[in-house]
Amino acid sequence: MIALGVESTADNLGIGIVSSDKEVLANILDVHVPEEGGIHPREAARHHSDEMGNAVRRALDTAEVSVDEIDIIAFAQGPGLGPCLRTGATSARALAAYMRKPLVGVNHCVAHVEVGRMATGAEDPLTLYVSGGNTIVSGYESGRYRIFGETLDIAVGNCLDSFAREAGLEYPGGPDIERKAAAGENLIPLPYTVKGMDLSYSGLLTAITAELHSGRHTIEDLCYSLQETAYAMLGEVTERALAHTGKPELLLTGGVAANKRLAGIVRDIAGDHGAEPHVVPIRLAADNGAMIAWTGLIAYQAGHVTPLDASHVNPSWRMDQVEIPWRE
Amino acid sequence: MERVIAKGAEADLVLREWNGLKTLSKIRNPKGYRHPELDSRLRRSRTKAEADIIHRAKLSGVPTPLLYHVDPDDAVIVMEYIDGAKVRDVVDKLTDEERRILFTRIGWYAGRLHGAGIIHGDLTTSNILKQGDRLVFIDFGLAEVSTEVEKRGVDLNLMNRMLTSTHYRHQEELLAAFVEGYRETLGAEAEEALTRMEEVAKRGRYIEKN
Repeated sequence: MIALGVESTADNLGIGIVSSDKEVLANILDVHVPEEGGIHPREAARHHSDEMGNAVRRALDTAEVSVDEIDIIAFAQGPGLGPCLRTGATSARALAAYMRKPLVGVNHCVAHVEVGRMATGAEDPLTLYVSGGNTIVSGYESGRYRIFGETLDIAVGNCLDSFAREAGLEYPGGPDIERKAAAGENLIPLPYTVKGMDLSYSGLLTAITAELHSGRHTIEDLCYSLQETAYAMLGEVTERALAHTGKPELLLTGGVAANKRLAGIVRDIAGDHGAEPHVVPIRLAADNGAMIAWTGLIAYQAGHVTPLDASHVNPSWRMDQVEIPWRE
Repeated sequence: MERVIAKGAEADLVLREWNGLKTLSKIRNPKGYRHPELDSRLRRSRTKAEADIIHRAKLSGVPTPLLYHVDPDDAVIVMEYIDGAKVRDVVDKLTDEERRILFTRIGWYAGRLHGAGIIHGDLTTSNILKQGDRLVFIDFGLAEVSTEVEKRGVDLNLMNRMLTSTHYRHQEELLAAFVEGYRETLGAEAEEALTRMEEVAKRGRYIEKN
């Protein structure tokens, strides 16, 4: 069985084609880069709409499959930016109707976990999912992915990106911050906000921005301090959730999973608790179409289809609201 | 005699005999994954805050373990070992009347804590010990000093969630008893906190509101 997946929850437009024997046949990515500022939902949606046809064609060409060989059309139904989600959903509906294939709506956060399991072979991991839009610690428990900890305001990637923009670094902020941090030496005291298993990054962003404009620190020290503080917070809640759930594996995914310092922290914590660490390769960890295709495929095999009249997008769809019938 | 009785994410608990006393040491071990400066700053400040709040709780009339020694540099608190049972584990063994009285007392103490500006931070039936007729509040590791209605509501919500998830057989009667005691000690300020508890329960990122 072959699935085509449409990912368009934020600035990445992704079209993936995946087979039921876990082969990623195509994973086309077209990123909207704003001329200035952060993601403007309407501009990003326009980009996705302009590039959709090309991306689908490129995916089919890369996978070397014909339209007839596709069995289902999956799309990210939420959570995400409304205009971007609607663009993807409209295209998916059109493709499904035109090709007379079943439509499967997929939760974007669940898809990150599922493709991570597929890619790494992890079976029952505690997952730290960190990106520009989400910061979630979750694990499977009685039919759903339960959320043990999450950000109470902005995502960690959003904090990094906003600082990078303010400091004139490259976008997205993570890689450039990591490079500069490697030469940092002094740790600037910054707010460290962990509340039980939840986190908050807005205060950290305000403080690091103020330190930047104070002119008292080098950019290297700023990046180093931001990174050490932001990731230590993630480490703490992850460790707490791992101790609480006793899961045998720890999975790191999302765009921020590309960070080597964070991956090191995750490995340390897993080691301390006798869990096996898994870091999802960046092509499948960052937002992409293959993860939507794969999750749509296993959901479809478990009997799930999304009728047209239930295919409206849900920008605030929590991952713990989704039934997961494909896991016992 | 020395025995590790719990290895948590935050700290280890070690049972030790110390000058002829049975003591419990709460040790916040360094975290290798954290920057050493950040790590010692956090361990130091959390140790001091916890010891301080355990003491403040006593001043408000809420029984807490006796503190024998506090070492902020090594992030260790040496305290009285309470040889009691978790309220969590005794609830089902009590009669209806005993349960009602117990939870009225718990509510009564919770009201005193809040009245003294203490937010427990992890107010569950696992963190209240019953030693004969004595009730002792433990684990102030997530506690903070505040009189904000919001924080009181979050504290109460945690207790209510515990009643709903773990003591669901008696949830209504236990909550009613708790609220009765809470109102008695906190007085007029109790209503606002209780209303906030209900609001907090309906909150959360993306949770459906109705």
